[in-house]
Amino acid sequence: MQASIQIDHAPAVQYLLRIGDTCLVHGQRIAQWCGHAPILEEDIALSNMALDLIGQARAVLTRAGELEGRGHDEDQLAFLREERDYRNITLVELPRGDFAFTVLRNVMVATLMKQLWQRLCDSSDAELAAIAGKAVKEARYHQQHAADWVVRLGDGTDESRRRIEAALAELWRFVPEMLESDAVDEAAHASGLGPRWADLKDAWQAEMSTVLQAAKLDAPPEAAFRSTGKQGVHTEHMGFMLAEMQHLQRSFPGGVW
Amino acid sequence: MTDHDSKVDETPSPGQGRAGEGTSHVPPPAAGAAGTEWPLWEVFVRSKSGLDHKHCGSLHAADPKMAIQLARDVYTRRQEGTSVWVVRSDQIVASDPGDKAMYFDPAEDKVYRHPTFYQLPGAVDHM
Repeated sequence: MQASIQIDHAPAVQYLLRIGDTCLVHGQRIAQWCGHAPILEEDIALSNMALDLIGQARAVLTRAGELEGRGHDEDQLAFLREERDYRNITLVELPRGDFAFTVLRNVMVATLMKQLWQRLCDSSDAELAAIAGKAVKEARYHQQHAADWVVRLGDGTDESRRRIEAALAELWRFVPEMLESDAVDEAAHASGLGPRWADLKDAWQAEMSTVLQAAKLDAPPEAAFRSTGKQGVHTEHMGFMLAEMQHLQRSFPGGVW
Repeated sequence: MTDHDSKVDETPSPGQGRAGEGTSHVPPPAAGAAGTEWPLWEVFVRSKSGLDHKHCGSLHAADPKMAIQLARDVYTRRQEGTSVWVVRSDQIVASDPGDKAMYFDPAEDKVYRHPTFYQLPGAVDHM
């Protein structure tokens, strides 16, 4: 069994891990639809999206490893950390749920990532800016595709309406974590590495409210609850997901296709 | 796309099972699947600017926008495309296979249809 790595907690590394881990875990959850989506065509669409996200995670984790300076590569960072060292937003680690849950979560995350990648195109880190230039195009499509589904389900049948409403009620309390800033954000803002996530709030809310309106849905009021994935404190679902995700690299260190 | 038709045929439409994890016990609709299927669309992809759109397969989608998105996802996954067209399959008028002999009998023996009775100038070498 391959032992866990210890990572550096410098703000710039944390900032990148939040992005890279959000992509990684989100991609892992979406990939769980492979072979299970309601129709074959959407199965392929979701798998494409998952692969885009894994690609983004690879690039960002590689860069995080370089900035960290301990010689950790993308695979070590993806597969050999303890749960507490993952910095993804909590929203993405929740089990994939039903199709309504998935498309609503997809549009919430894609809207965030679209705004974030857009801003990261101007990062002081040239490598990150280049990654963002490619990723923003992918995120735009993810956002549009997922938003269309939310509108269809919201403005569809009684069944689809019931499901998307349930998903909204379940997922909305994880929004505040995405759109708040802390010392890590302040450091990234000061160095020009990237925006404070709180600075994305207005654009995120505007874009989401357009989607929800078209779907004839009302955003629930903001909850007092605060999820803490970005701080490394995760839900009970995270450990199970990591156990599955890390299994091969832990059992066969350095294994490749 | 023949290799997925068999799967699509046995897939219930949304809201009637398979839509989520919690519905796997829901039996397929009793009525024939034909009435609940999404329409079929033919997909045409242009691989490079300046080339023609070429037919590359078909897919099921509920509306034009979904058809375009799914065409992009299903048929341009490996950068095959710069543009896609979709058209409802039921909007295509096709020749009747029964007319094949009448319509398409090889015309090689009809020499008068082939431009073989004059010399091309050298300048139009590759016609």
